[in-house]
Amino acid sequence: MANSQLNSGNPRVDIEYRRKKSAEEMRHHVVSFALMIFLTLIAFAAVAIKGFSAWFIVPFILLLAVVQVIFQLYYFMHMSHKGHEAPSMFLYSGVLVGAVTILAFSTIIWW
Amino acid sequence: MSTYAQKKGFGATLWDYLTTVDHKKIAILYLIAGGFFFVVGGLEAVFIRIQLAVPNNDFVSAGLFNEIITMHGTTMIFLAAMPLVFAFMNAVMPLQIGARDVAFPFVNALGFWLFFFGGVFLNLSWFFDGAPDAGWTSYASLAMASKGHGVDFYVLGLQISGIGTLIGGINFLVTIINMRAPGMTYMRMPLFTWSTFVTSALILFAFPPLTVGLVLMMFDRMFGSNFFEASMGGNTVIWEHLFWIFGHPEVYILVLPAFGIFSEIFAMFSRKRLFGYSSMVFATVLIGFLGFMVWAHHMFTTGLGPVANAIFAVATMAIGVPTGIKIFNWLLTMWGGSVKFTTPMHYAVAFIPSFVAGGVTGVMLAAAAADYQYHDTYFVVAHFHYVIVGGVVFAILAGTHLYWPKMFGTMLNETLGKITFWLFFIGFHMTFFIQHFLGLWGMPRRVFTYLPGQGFETSNLISSLGAVFMSLGVIVLLYNVIMTSVKNERVGNDPWGDGRTLEWSLPSPPPFYNFKQLPLVRGLDAYWLEKMEGKKGMTPAEPLGDIHMPNASFLPFVIAFGLFVAAFGALFNMDDKAWSVPVIIIGLLITFGAMFLRSVKDDHGFHIHKEELMEDDNDKGVKA
Ligand code: HEM
Ligand SMILES: [Cu+2]
Repeated sequence: MANSQLNSGNPRVDIEYRRKKSAEEMRHHVVSFALMIFLTLIAFAAVAIKGFSAWFIVPFILLLAVVQVIFQLYYFMHMSHKGHEAPSMFLYSGVLVGAVTILAFSTIIWW
Repeated sequence: MSTYAQKKGFGATLWDYLTTVDHKKIAILYLIAGGFFFVVGGLEAVFIRIQLAVPNNDFVSAGLFNEIITMHGTTMIFLAAMPLVFAFMNAVMPLQIGARDVAFPFVNALGFWLFFFGGVFLNLSWFFDGAPDAGWTSYASLAMASKGHGVDFYVLGLQISGIGTLIGGINFLVTIINMRAPGMTYMRMPLFTWSTFVTSALILFAFPPLTVGLVLMMFDRMFGSNFFEASMGGNTVIWEHLFWIFGHPEVYILVLPAFGIFSEIFAMFSRKRLFGYSSMVFATVLIGFLGFMVWAHHMFTTGLGPVANAIFAVATMAIGVPTGIKIFNWLLTMWGGSVKFTTPMHYAVAFIPSFVAGGVTGVMLAAAAADYQYHDTYFVVAHFHYVIVGGVVFAILAGTHLYWPKMFGTMLNETLGKITFWLFFIGFHMTFFIQHFLGLWGMPRRVFTYLPGQGFETSNLISSLGAVFMSLGVIVLLYNVIMTSVKNERVGNDPWGDGRTLEWSLPSPPPFYNFKQLPLVRGLDAYWLEKMEGKKGMTPAEPLGDIHMPNASFLPFVIAFGLFVAAFGALFNMDDKAWSVPVIIIGLLITFGAMFLRSVKDDHGFHIHKEELMEDDNDKGVKA
């Protein structure tokens, strides 16, 4: 949202400020993109390197996946910006409802 | 107001409704379709009560009885109560927040047609070898063993109408988040809008589990998978969980809008601000949240174990707290108000003791150890009818009288309205109160008959007589609707004289663009505030300008119709009918073709120009 008005007709828009903001944004994108590639490599490595048990690998990869989702949402889909309160509330409620369901299934049906 | 003065031919009107994307017309469609299914479900209820009126009755056979109770429950929940609630949400919510329509008018129409075709599909089962007969809960072990195509109709029909409900809910959420008029902050939204908001969120989270459950069942029945087949390593209890993860929120999806309608009525006809507005909002949200943590209270006797049962029992009882907050707030709203006993207010006042009775039996059922006695008896039947009829149906009837003038521009007759109320109220308690005792005496639920000499005769007869009263009430209501439409006496903006919220600041029915200029909202009960300062209407928040409106479209109807056709193919595919695969393909081609058309064809809508709006003004000036 912050950079969506770069080319607005409003004469009072501070182009300098916008440009700086966008540059900063770009840096975040690049850094998180690199990090995500790195995490993906680690995930592959965890499977490729012999010696870890499945009980370690599966939760570990899931953890990496969660981190990646967070990067994706906050840096690429701009959830860190203002004006995303409603979407994040619904996302977190959904996560909560899903988690309760999985918790119940794994405790009272499957085990 | 030229649009209303002109008389349109029947064909033109029909085409208008088939293609409309206007939330007010879609509301009327929901009202008509929901009302129709309400009558169908009501007839099924009457058949049930005739069969049970005397012992050893053979009015219907055991198999047919199972089909009737299944279709009664399924129809009432999915095809009557939900769409009727949706009718009021569509009719009122956009007006209450000062919007010109919902966020996605096209999707709104699509939602209606999906619901409609899903419902028609489900009911067509009567004409093809037999309706579903595994109960509205369709527990997997029972459903898998059901012969014929009944359960397949259930699965496919609910799947289609469920998509409609889901996109409807999302549409309402987006509308409320994004399209509130200037000054309409969250904490100034009327309570009906708040409950629409929370309900839509519940729909968003509750319908996916149902979709998943239905898909699994579809695969089990049609393609020979074994998700619910214990002998093949499946697990039949999973269906129960999936169903109730959806099912319990579903009961709140129904009852929260009812709470919303009653909140409006209490404030209007006590002529007082709603007592404890912020605690009402808080309670609504809390109920919505807790609604997802209690589903297993329907499964206490399944054998979840004492720990799980205890957790879900406590969670269930906790919901009584926010519900209690609401009850007290309604009572305190009436306290010290100058109460006017209109027809809607009759329903509202009767709702409190009726619903409290249902809530109290709910807490009784929530005591897991005691539930082993109550479970699957008529006690449960009494409980949920007290909450559903005493809560939801009362609200729907009240809402019909309350919002009729806003939707159709005429007032339902108050005397007839009160007669309807008394017939329905007496009939309701007569039918269901005695069922608590039948349950405690040991009469099981879902049995097609009982033997004489067990002490069930008199009570069942009383219960059946109550159904007669309720039927008479509905007939009086239908008569009232017809008479009112024939007389066609038009009413003004605020026919009750006590309107508090934005919808009453508009003509009845409002022009198709709702607000000529978006209103400026200066507080809770925005219209009331202006009235109290001696103003006639709302202060506009913008200068008069062109209004952008969406075009009507026939595509929603076509998209839904395609799925309807495809569902027939899928259903008969199980019998290895040669024509079934082509039918599936044709149906899907219709649906996806229409969707494709919608995607590639740019439809920018049209503008109503400033001059036309001003002309409208002059028209009114001339008439007035
Ligand atoms: C104070 C709030 C409530 C509590 C504590 C409560 C509790 C319960 C419990 C424990 C059961 C399971 C009984 C059994 O099968 O043995 C039940 C069944 C049921 N309740 Fe409620 N309930 C509440 C409100 C509602 C509301 C508001 C509705 C609908 C608008 C509703 C509709 C139903 C239905 C339809 C069933 C029967 C489901 C079936 O087995 O077919 N309840 N309730
Ligand atoms: Cu429940």
